[in-house]
Amino acid sequence: MARGSFLELSGVGKGYGRGDARTEVLADINLSVERGELVCIVGYSGAGKTTLVSLMAGLATPDRGTIQLGGKPIVGPGADRGVVFQNYSLLPWLTAYENVHLAVDQRFADWPRDKKRAHTEQYLALVNLAAARDKRPSELSGGMRQRVALARALAADPEVLLMDEPLSALDALTRAVLQDEIARIWEASKKTVVLITNDVDEALLLADRIIPLSVGPAATFGPAVAVPIPRPRDRKTMNHDARFKAVRNQVIEYLLGPGRRRGGAALTAAPVALANASDSGDAVVAA
Amino acid sequence: MSKTKIRFDVSAVLLPVAGALLLLALWAATSGTVSKNLPSPAKTWEVSKPFVLAPFEKRGELDQGVARFAWYSLVLVAKGYAIALLLGAPLGFILGWSKLFAKSFDPIIQVLRPVSPLAWLPLGLVLFEKSHPAALFTIAICSMWPTVLNTALGVRSIPQDYLNVARVLQLSPAKTFFKVLLPAALPYMFTGFRLSLGIAWLVIVAVEMLTGSPGIGGFLWQEYNSLIYEHIILCILTIGIVGFVLDRMMSAVEHRLKAV
Repeated sequence: MARGSFLELSGVGKGYGRGDARTEVLADINLSVERGELVCIVGYSGAGKTTLVSLMAGLATPDRGTIQLGGKPIVGPGADRGVVFQNYSLLPWLTAYENVHLAVDQRFADWPRDKKRAHTEQYLALVNLAAARDKRPSELSGGMRQRVALARALAADPEVLLMDEPLSALDALTRAVLQDEIARIWEASKKTVVLITNDVDEALLLADRIIPLSVGPAATFGPAVAVPIPRPRDRKTMNHDARFKAVRNQVIEYLLGPGRRRGGAALTAAPVALANASDSGDAVVAA
Repeated sequence: MSKTKIRFDVSAVLLPVAGALLLLALWAATSGTVSKNLPSPAKTWEVSKPFVLAPFEKRGELDQGVARFAWYSLVLVAKGYAIALLLGAPLGFILGWSKLFAKSFDPIIQVLRPVSPLAWLPLGLVLFEKSHPAALFTIAICSMWPTVLNTALGVRSIPQDYLNVARVLQLSPAKTFFKVLLPAALPYMFTGFRLSLGIAWLVIVAVEMLTGSPGIGGFLWQEYNSLIYEHIILCILTIGIVGFVLDRMMSAVEHRLKAV
């Protein structure tokens, strides 16, 4: 499986600082993502999830190991990867339309003006934002801002969509709505998606495969857990369906067990959301 | 509700008027008593009347309305200020962007910044040999520092997120500059622009006095030499009011920029 997969990380390590102040953030990260697959990486806050996205996006370079996309090493940002940042990272002086158009204009520079405009509007419509086209980010709710960010990433037609905790700043209801939209858009576009989250249930709803990330420093992946549940997945059945429960338990067992004792920095208390989920099977709504 | 509104109006209008009247009374009391040469407010008004009531009148080279003199000064300031922005903004951008550049030039900027216009002007005369370019040089070099330093601050304050977006979208250098860096730094830059304009207006009087250029400062100096002290006060008030209006206008634009 490892050889010849689409997105391939092998032996990747990354740290910051020098000498005694050196902190290893990620250690021995191995990941193979197939074309069209939706992989969720679930881990603790501060475990290095954002570093992982930066590495795949090409915003940072690994200290050790290699990252390849389609057989070619990643050396910097590229049009083949779209990124949705946790904090939206929209440009506040541009409208929703202009934020998306910026990406379209750069990616498809040789298109005629009308085609660029139509393309931009098409992607705003895809995320249900056609009506908010001329609003600035400050006039949009958090959920709407993240939709703009999603449209901006998708409109450049990347081969891989990297999402760094895209929904973690949103309230629970908005999160649920956007999770369904991400599922819908993914089904329609069949893009390769790597989504990073701290919410196990979000991963259960969306992922083909869930990969737990241990606590840092020197965070690394636990065993991948396949989610063999047909789509569309119904969040209402999540707390009763035995298949959901089985996958959830596998992920949480790792995160609260071996995944907590990495690099000698065992946590005294697990994140609340994870602990709740393992006790009662309630929906996880982590902040 | 109406009560609080009335009280607000009282403090906003009556207090400034009261303050001005108090100062006027102090002026009236000291003129002719404590200071024998200080003209009284009434005398000042009487002598200044033709200049104030016909502000755009030109009766002779040295006998023109205050608005006309102020206009000459504003034109000179506008030219010097434009040079200051054209030099200061790019310099600030480089200073904010490059740590190497900042380390190399920040100390010398801190040394040059507090130098008085009176010190720059002779150097300008040496360099350009004529009073007009020397005046522009002096205005520009004295007023550019707030623009330089605030632009540098603005560039350093650009959030890493925006830079990441520019990199991820692979924006060209030109697009990164005009769509990301410049808009992000602009509110800071405008604070610098406003402070620079204040200094440029401050410098104008000294420059006109020393070069003998026509303008509100030149008029002031000439009237001092002609022993018409009333006009000194007229000029001071005119300079103050023009400076105040300029500052209000700039801060109105600045607030709009920061509201985005």
